[in-house]
Amino acid sequence: MKFEIYGNQPTRHGFAKGLVELGKENEDVVVFGVDVTGSVKTSEFQKEFPDRFFSIGVAEQNATTIAVGFALSGKVAVFSTYSAFAAFRNADQLRVSVCYNDANVKIGGGHSGITVGPDGATHQSLEEVSFLRALPNMTLVVPCDYEEARKAIKLVGRIHGPAYVRFGRSDVPMFTKEDTPLEYGKAQVFREGNDVAIVANGIMVWRAFEAAEKLYQNHGINARVINNAFVKPMDEETITKAAMECGCIVTAEEHQVIGGLSGAVAEVVCKNYPVTIEYVGMKDTFGGSGEPEELMEHYGLNWKSIYASALEAIDRKNNGFKKVRKLTEIPEYNEQI
Amino acid sequence: MDITFSNETYSNDIFNNSEFKRIANTIRQDIIKSLLLAKSGHSGGPLGISDFMSVLYFGSYMNYNSNEPNMKGRDRFVLSAGHMAPILYSVLARAGYFPTEELKSLRKLGSRLQGHPGLDTNLPGIETSSGSLGQGISIAVGMAMSDKYIDKNNAEVFCVTGDGELQEGACWEAAMAASNHKLDNLCWIVDNNDCQIDGRVKDVMSIYPLVEKFQSFNFDVIEIDGHNYDEIKKSLTYFKNNHKNKTNKPTCIILKTYMGKGVSFMHDQFKWHGNPPNIEQATIALDELNMELDS
Repeated sequence: MKFEIYGNQPTRHGFAKGLVELGKENEDVVVFGVDVTGSVKTSEFQKEFPDRFFSIGVAEQNATTIAVGFALSGKVAVFSTYSAFAAFRNADQLRVSVCYNDANVKIGGGHSGITVGPDGATHQSLEEVSFLRALPNMTLVVPCDYEEARKAIKLVGRIHGPAYVRFGRSDVPMFTKEDTPLEYGKAQVFREGNDVAIVANGIMVWRAFEAAEKLYQNHGINARVINNAFVKPMDEETITKAAMECGCIVTAEEHQVIGGLSGAVAEVVCKNYPVTIEYVGMKDTFGGSGEPEELMEHYGLNWKSIYASALEAIDRKNNGFKKVRKLTEIPEYNEQI
Repeated sequence: MDITFSNETYSNDIFNNSEFKRIANTIRQDIIKSLLLAKSGHSGGPLGISDFMSVLYFGSYMNYNSNEPNMKGRDRFVLSAGHMAPILYSVLARAGYFPTEELKSLRKLGSRLQGHPGLDTNLPGIETSSGSLGQGISIAVGMAMSDKYIDKNNAEVFCVTGDGELQEGACWEAAMAASNHKLDNLCWIVDNNDCQIDGRVKDVMSIYPLVEKFQSFNFDVIEIDGHNYDEIKKSLTYFKNNHKNKTNKPTCIILKTYMGKGVSFMHDQFKWHGNPPNIEQATIALDELNMELDS
């Protein structure tokens, strides 16, 4: 597959568009507002289908269980708010009422990750992937751009059961197209290569491309780039194949390195075909205020970290174990090229 | 002791108080027997709402069909206080949803009668899983909204919460939404026995004044003696009239009950919140209940 940037839009806009499209194809889709409807763009659905939109106010626990009540009445019940509140404030409701009931509730986790920016640490959700993927019955998608976010909510909206779509606030590169594949529970190989596999999701996928191009230019390294949008269910086949064929892996996510995509990939790889894995993500710390791009640089959520991690992973693949390193130790980029 | 459950079921058209008394007595015996066999579980609460549940399920106040549990437009019952599962199981079995013999399996491996209701068991008559307090009532609010605004039917949703449960803040989010969304098809029943696992509700964390709280949340509130069949009927009629008259306000029935009602040594004893009877205690309890039946 060939990709190039053709625009810049937030993934939340893609989610909003997909939600309206889903509403058009299925009149059982109902949406709940949790006060930030303009931010997460569920206001678009409200405009289109006012009779299928209900305002619940700033009450995430209540919105979650009210959605369950609709789901148990045969509806596709969708609510969306910031991930900081859509996955934590209501954690118990998600576990017992949504997942244990296997209720047809779809959650739009907006303003996720560090790129929410100046709002600071309270609003930068960087842990929800770890929590959500541990819940039985849950589907968890982290789309990489506007178009994939649009497709993701439609895809999970057509399948029965709990699902969470994680998206962000800021403008990010658009590079997938309408015909780019997104299949339930499948990871997609976006770039071929056999020296190292970069398994990324969300806005780190484009950065993985950047790192892969530079690895090739500077070292002739062929990196495979895998878009792992579905953190749950995981695509064991594609990930195991990457371990077997590339011999080492780098994960990259806008999320804590503890328990996120990193953990999911490590679980699959260690069970099936153990190889070295390097993890790029937040290093077990909270974020802080700043502009989105500044923050991505500050916390090392950039192509340079992926690039340096790939070199480290390849070195360990070739030369074996050197020393014990901390989970949060991410190799630094220090090339002068 | 040989524990058996009669296979008697009841129709949903009872109006005679002596019949309700007999049904409640059977249900109380079911609760004692199933908890004895389970060797764990909650005795006090279920015994306390047996009178109310007998009238609700068998006094033609709810539109359901045990032969067609998923009937469209049915009235629904949500046990938000999921730990009171033994009463729900007994009532459903006696309404014909599943064989009464199955009451023997409470809390056993592979049973459809989980310690707290589980939708994954596919037990007919269960509308939702519940057990984490404060969630069932909010689910009931969602069901009532879906009935009123999407399906636009006349179905009603009944939900029992405990009184200690009201300490969960989520209950008040649900209360706010119920009145905001004008759910005159929602009947919230508070089992007010003033007992919770740690002691008296008023001592652990007071929820009072209760009537005024619900009134200030814009509910129509009626407080009744939860062991008086005439008052129970009156409260359910009150709700149904509110709904029929489209008051646009949810109804709250505050049920003044005694934990462990019907068994002398459990009566009003909070320590019976979360314990089952042993064989000696169950024998005494069943003797007492049989004597009550004879009197």
